[in-house]
Amino acid sequence: MTDQSKIVMTPEAMKGHLAKLAEAILNAHRSAEDIYLLGIISRGKPLADRLAQIIKEKTGIEPHVGSLSTTLYRDDIRSGKVTVKLGSDSTHFDFDVTEKSIVFVDDVLYSGRTIRAAMDEVMDYGRPARIQLACLIDRGQRELPIQADYLGMSIQTQKSDHIQVLLNEIDGEDSVVLRTASEKTT
Amino acid sequence: MSTVIKNGHLIEPSTGISEAMDISYEGSKITNIGKDLSGDEVIDATGCVVCPGLVDIHVHFREPGFESKETIESGSRAAAAGGFTSVVTMANTSPTIDNAGMIEFVNRRARETAVIKIRPAACATKGMQGEELTEMAELKSVGAVAVTDDGKDIPSSWVMRRVMEYANMVDLPYMAHCEDHSLMEGGAMNEGYNSTRLGIPGMPKAMEEIMVERNARLAELTGAHLHIQHITTAGGIEILRRYKAKGIRITGEASPHHFTLTDDAIETYDSNAKMNPPLREQSDIDAIKEAIGDGTVDIIATDHAPHTPAEKDVEFSLAPFGILGLETSLGLVLTELVEPGVISIERAIEMMTVSGAKIVNIDAGVIREGGPADIAIFKKDQEWVVDAEKSESRSRNTPFNGRTLKGAIQRTICDGKTVFQA
Amino acid sequence: MSTESPITTWTRKHLIGIEELDRSEIELILDTAPQFMAVQQRESGIKKVPLLQGRLVVNLFMEPSTRTRVSFELAAKRLSADTLTFAASSSSTKKGETLHDTLANIEAMHSDIVVIRSQYSGAPQLLAKQHPSRIINAGDGNHEHPTQALLDAFTMRNHIRTLRDDPEAGLDGIRVALIGDIAHSRVARSNIWSLTKLGAQVIICGPQTLLPMEIEKMGVEVTSDLNEAMDGADIVYALRIQLERQSSALFPSLREYIRQFRVDQKSLEAAPDHALVMHPGPMNRDIELASDIADGPRSAVLDQVTNGVAVRMAVMHLMANSSQ
Repeated sequence: MTDQSKIVMTPEAMKGHLAKLAEAILNAHRSAEDIYLLGIISRGKPLADRLAQIIKEKTGIEPHVGSLSTTLYRDDIRSGKVTVKLGSDSTHFDFDVTEKSIVFVDDVLYSGRTIRAAMDEVMDYGRPARIQLACLIDRGQRELPIQADYLGMSIQTQKSDHIQVLLNEIDGEDSVVLRTASEKTT
Repeated sequence: MSTVIKNGHLIEPSTGISEAMDISYEGSKITNIGKDLSGDEVIDATGCVVCPGLVDIHVHFREPGFESKETIESGSRAAAAGGFTSVVTMANTSPTIDNAGMIEFVNRRARETAVIKIRPAACATKGMQGEELTEMAELKSVGAVAVTDDGKDIPSSWVMRRVMEYANMVDLPYMAHCEDHSLMEGGAMNEGYNSTRLGIPGMPKAMEEIMVERNARLAELTGAHLHIQHITTAGGIEILRRYKAKGIRITGEASPHHFTLTDDAIETYDSNAKMNPPLREQSDIDAIKEAIGDGTVDIIATDHAPHTPAEKDVEFSLAPFGILGLETSLGLVLTELVEPGVISIERAIEMMTVSGAKIVNIDAGVIREGGPADIAIFKKDQEWVVDAEKSESRSRNTPFNGRTLKGAIQRTICDGKTVFQA
Repeated sequence: MSTESPITTWTRKHLIGIEELDRSEIELILDTAPQFMAVQQRESGIKKVPLLQGRLVVNLFMEPSTRTRVSFELAAKRLSADTLTFAASSSSTKKGETLHDTLANIEAMHSDIVVIRSQYSGAPQLLAKQHPSRIINAGDGNHEHPTQALLDAFTMRNHIRTLRDDPEAGLDGIRVALIGDIAHSRVARSNIWSLTKLGAQVIICGPQTLLPMEIEKMGVEVTSDLNEAMDGADIVYALRIQLERQSSALFPSLREYIRQFRVDQKSLEAAPDHALVMHPGPMNRDIELASDIADGPRSAVLDQVTNGVAVRMAVMHLMANSSQ
């Protein structure tokens, strides 16, 4: 079985998408002060930090940023595939979510279950005024009625495909790679 | 109708025979011991050892009072399955065997239901309370072969002295369970590293040894025949040796589990490894084996102590003390003593037959012309796996379930009747 | 430092003792606990996560206990589990029902985890042999109390990390003094196992009448001299003394016990200034531990309680959600 790899987002394209997302988020809020970004760990967090940076450069005001780890709210907990990621980040934010406009930031939107878990978790902390989602890539194959409010790009994929998002902060480079598993040749 | 056992290897300890020999019997008596005998019925003992029916002078058959654990009948079947034709039953039943009426009860029940010979021991003190003497003369006259408060010791040295003097007068041995109960403190296993680790209150070796010494001293004082039951420690062996050297009338027994298992067997809190006195340590096993080898220990006895599964299957500290022994005794003796060369098979058979019979002065453990046809036939090299569920006992409490032993009883004959056949 | 590599999954069905655990298994639990501390510390939010939603955790307490029972109940509830507490004194055990039958009745209600405390060593093993539930030992006789040792190690490790300003520090090389009735203490035994596995040095100290036979074989130093125990101790751990022991000739009087073995201002003079004082509770104030020390800044007693819920949450989560 041979895999085919294709770069579907270059570093320049990623920069462009992030700028667009930051602009869209800013337009949906009266002021940068009203923006509460929660990056979904792991790659959502550096993306949230980047969006915050862009918004700060544009307005001079830095929006609120925190991180959300959804490990305690996964809906597949009973599958027994639980592993503890030692040394990984856990949920951390220093603001009260009640009455706020929260924007989740994540790299890939896929089944929607991670976002659902993130919603369950945030609701245990209080009652946000609204929750929205900013995403770099939507790869389809949704299993729950969840959508991105702010989206970089959309790609059609199969379940057997693998989307890999690489970020400088974690992987040393910026790019998005799509790996398709081709059919077996007889 | 006469029966002949042919082609077997006869081990007859009282006369020292250990060679290929035939035996014939008719009715309940042995008729002939010799070569090339004939008879109406032939039992082929090719490849087997033929010996006197085994004798165990320390068993608990729980009747009257604890019939769910065992009865004289079921106990006798377990004994037959183990190659035994005579046993001495202990007196800690409910009510206790402390008067002639109770001895007669045991005798009657034995006549009615037992498949082998039951010789009852009687309590030394009334109700086993350790205070007043029982009517030993009368007890002996109706068939008691020994006195013992086994299950307990007699705490008061004053009473023990009088027990021994009186037993000596009527020529009954005192069979001593040696235990200084004041050191007990909820003990459920040997006190040592394992009891510390497992968090189970311990029974220190001194608890047994103090009373072995005390009882031996009193035997010295009174001239009585003292038989030390179930010796478990190197210290106790040393005391036994010392008093024997002085010429005191003291004999000692070892139980197979005490020379086979250490308190490591309790690792999983298995109450089938719980008995009193408890399993000890490797150094004690080594001392017991040495003492068996040099004759300091006189006999093997099982202390067969049945308890129902429901009683045993509880928290370790709550489980009653005691394990089965009759069906595994010969196998353990052959596997743990004979095969490694601690003693010869002839000596092993002696320790399991005539030696015990002599202590309680019964006509057993011997094959002689005109004597009772009590015979055991076994294959000494045959391996078998202990299966507690298949026991003849009403109980299942053995720590040896699943263990492979060498030495399988083929047939047990009591008074000329086959009472067990594999 | 540990030569065992860290693990990320829990593979045992039961938690019965520390003796059988590897160092890496202990560290897995200690490293899983902090996220549950965070849950407990949520200021505005619900102090709950749905990890054990729909599961049934049964507390089977054959021996009375308030603090441990409440801690386990709270931990289960904070994991969104349903809980049921079965306390022996109010139960059919008084009518002679065996432990097996009691548990079988409970299992007819399909329990996922059973937390058992018994005055008899070996009770959890007895149940584990024959029942399908996962079993957590909340203290069996004098044998072990594993979650207590785990929360104690967690507390000690946090203290050392703060003291050294090193978020990765472990317990290697630190010196722990366990003081009191060691013979009857399951807390002592479990702590000895966990501390020695984590690389700490342990010295136990108590009246000779309360020191179990051959305990040095567990890898500890043994003394009846409190000053010797305090010398160089990073952690001073006072064990509860049962007042009834006086009548069974185990020590002559509380007065003498206090003079010889109490952890207080005076006896702590022999210990380093940074020594942390701990006690598993419940405390006999001013007997094994002086009130002013227990309530003072060197005491971790309340932290132990808070940490206990988080550690028990970690244990239940790992057990219930592992691939077994």
